[in-house]
Amino acid sequence: MVAVALEDIGASYGKHTILSGIATDFLQGGSLTAVIGPNAAGKSTLFKRIAGLLAGPGTVHLTGATSGKDAIRYMPQDTGGNAVLTVYESILLAAKQGSGWRVRDEELIGIDEILRALDIQSLSFRELGELSGGQRQLVAIAQALVRKPEVLLMDEPTSALDLYRQIEVLAFMQRRAATSGMAVLIALHDLNHALRYCDQTIVIANGRMRAGGPTADVITPAMLRDVYRVEARVEQCSRGRPVLIVDSTAA
Amino acid sequence: MTIAAAHAGMREGRERYRALAFRRIALLSALCAALFASVCVDMALGPANYTISEVLDSLFRSDQVSDQLRVIVWDIRMPIALMAVTVGASLSVAGAQMQTILANPLASPFTLGISAAASFGAALALVAGTALVPLAVGYMVPINAFVMAMAAALFIHFASTMRGVTVETIVLLGIALVFTFNALLSLLEYLASEQALAAVVFWTMGSLTKATWPKVWITAAVLVLTVPLFARQAWALTALRLGEDKAASFGVNVRRLRLQTMLTISLLAAIPVSFVGTIGFVGLVGPHMARMLVGEDQRFFLPASILCGALLLSVTSVVSKTILPGAILPIGVITALVGVPFFFVLIFGSRRRAW
Repeated sequence: MVAVALEDIGASYGKHTILSGIATDFLQGGSLTAVIGPNAAGKSTLFKRIAGLLAGPGTVHLTGATSGKDAIRYMPQDTGGNAVLTVYESILLAAKQGSGWRVRDEELIGIDEILRALDIQSLSFRELGELSGGQRQLVAIAQALVRKPEVLLMDEPTSALDLYRQIEVLAFMQRRAATSGMAVLIALHDLNHALRYCDQTIVIANGRMRAGGPTADVITPAMLRDVYRVEARVEQCSRGRPVLIVDSTAA
Repeated sequence: MTIAAAHAGMREGRERYRALAFRRIALLSALCAALFASVCVDMALGPANYTISEVLDSLFRSDQVSDQLRVIVWDIRMPIALMAVTVGASLSVAGAQMQTILANPLASPFTLGISAAASFGAALALVAGTALVPLAVGYMVPINAFVMAMAAALFIHFASTMRGVTVETIVLLGIALVFTFNALLSLLEYLASEQALAAVVFWTMGSLTKATWPKVWITAAVLVLTVPLFARQAWALTALRLGEDKAASFGVNVRRLRLQTMLTISLLAAIPVSFVGTIGFVGLVGPHMARMLVGEDQRFFLPASILCGALLLSVTSVVSKTILPGAILPIGVITALVGVPFFFVLIFGSRRRAW
């Protein structure tokens, strides 16, 4: 099974350092890891750096991957422009990068399978420009998955989704990771989602790593006060699940 | 969902995609047929009018037609008709890829100042006798036009890669280039002799009557050499239309693709402009027609842009011969008159379909 570890990862834009000293133990495939932190903490930069889209100090260690440098895939927050393409074509496009013009039946079957898994077959032949923000986000997930990543970096994949779709997508990704052995790092703002779906959590603020480890150990009142500047507590709901309750902003 | 229903759904998506691709191939075939018909009509029209069947006879049974018909069709009309095809195709592909890499529906060799730069380069040769490439004095006008067009295209490219430069900035930069080169052109015209002034005015109007077989071959050769470069990058270029971040996340080296494409576009846009003068709007309208017909999958969009641009200029060539009987109007004037209303449609029309 694939595993990824970060060693002293950093990145900068020109002379401005965005990220430095990010380090983790091996994050194992088969589960979700949340990357949390306030706005402009450096989460997207970290993902781009891990995916090799940005240069910088440090090393990304990858073990157990079968597809070399193509093992790591990044799903950006931006869901794309208004290209005159159908949803189906836009997913085919993701699958076919770097290969020839001819489209084989197996490739189309793969697209159909992902559309069905995400329950968006009804969007297949609608143009991207007609879609809502949430629908675009689902298509972006399909585009990421069709490339069969072994490590998937999802940058706020649920930010435009309604509550039902948020739960559906996160539960789907959890199942997908478990069955495929894929390692999924997922930037989230809703910490209750992190508590519920992610085994591990990494906290980033001002470009530095503030905490990392099992989610229940990381999302604590002290961390929330320190990083998010809120007074909050984590309690058990009636079904025994941890729930974050925010009381007020910190003084 | 039952397994049977799931399989039905899977079949449906796959089959619908195949049907869509087939429809697009049929559309491309129809465009080919329309282009062939238009070229035949173009060759039939002129001071000595011939029927389409006479033109076809001279094309496919040239030994059975009169010398006069053969000479008129092969030596006089065919270079002009084929120049319309190659220039239209080149400008349209250049516009299509410019719109793709700059993510801008208004990008074209004409609107971004490349044609204006070429006009200025040509005028430098015609008025001041200044050769920008000293070795090629015999081809001073087209080579000057080419050098200036390349310079303008590269300027636009490097400006577009600067930090903080938006799509709107590029359009404004293009407009600034148009004004700058037009002002410089006016200055040269003001200083020019009467003879040189007439030559500059005629050149800037854009006319296919300057077509010769060597010019047709060169334009066609550039097209044949550059289109496969775009074709090889078809998936990557299509991905660029989903945004820079998305394309990069698909593994596309966006910076390198942009530079390669812009250099190729510069060549594609500069060669025809240097041979036939300023022909506006084909590079803008051709790609939009193609986009409306087949979408933006470059495997269909690229050939459709070629065919739409070629058809557009070929039909315009026919129109330029028929508006005033006995006279051939400069084709650049006609394309501008046709292009401006289309420009309005782009601005005020449905954004979704147009871009």
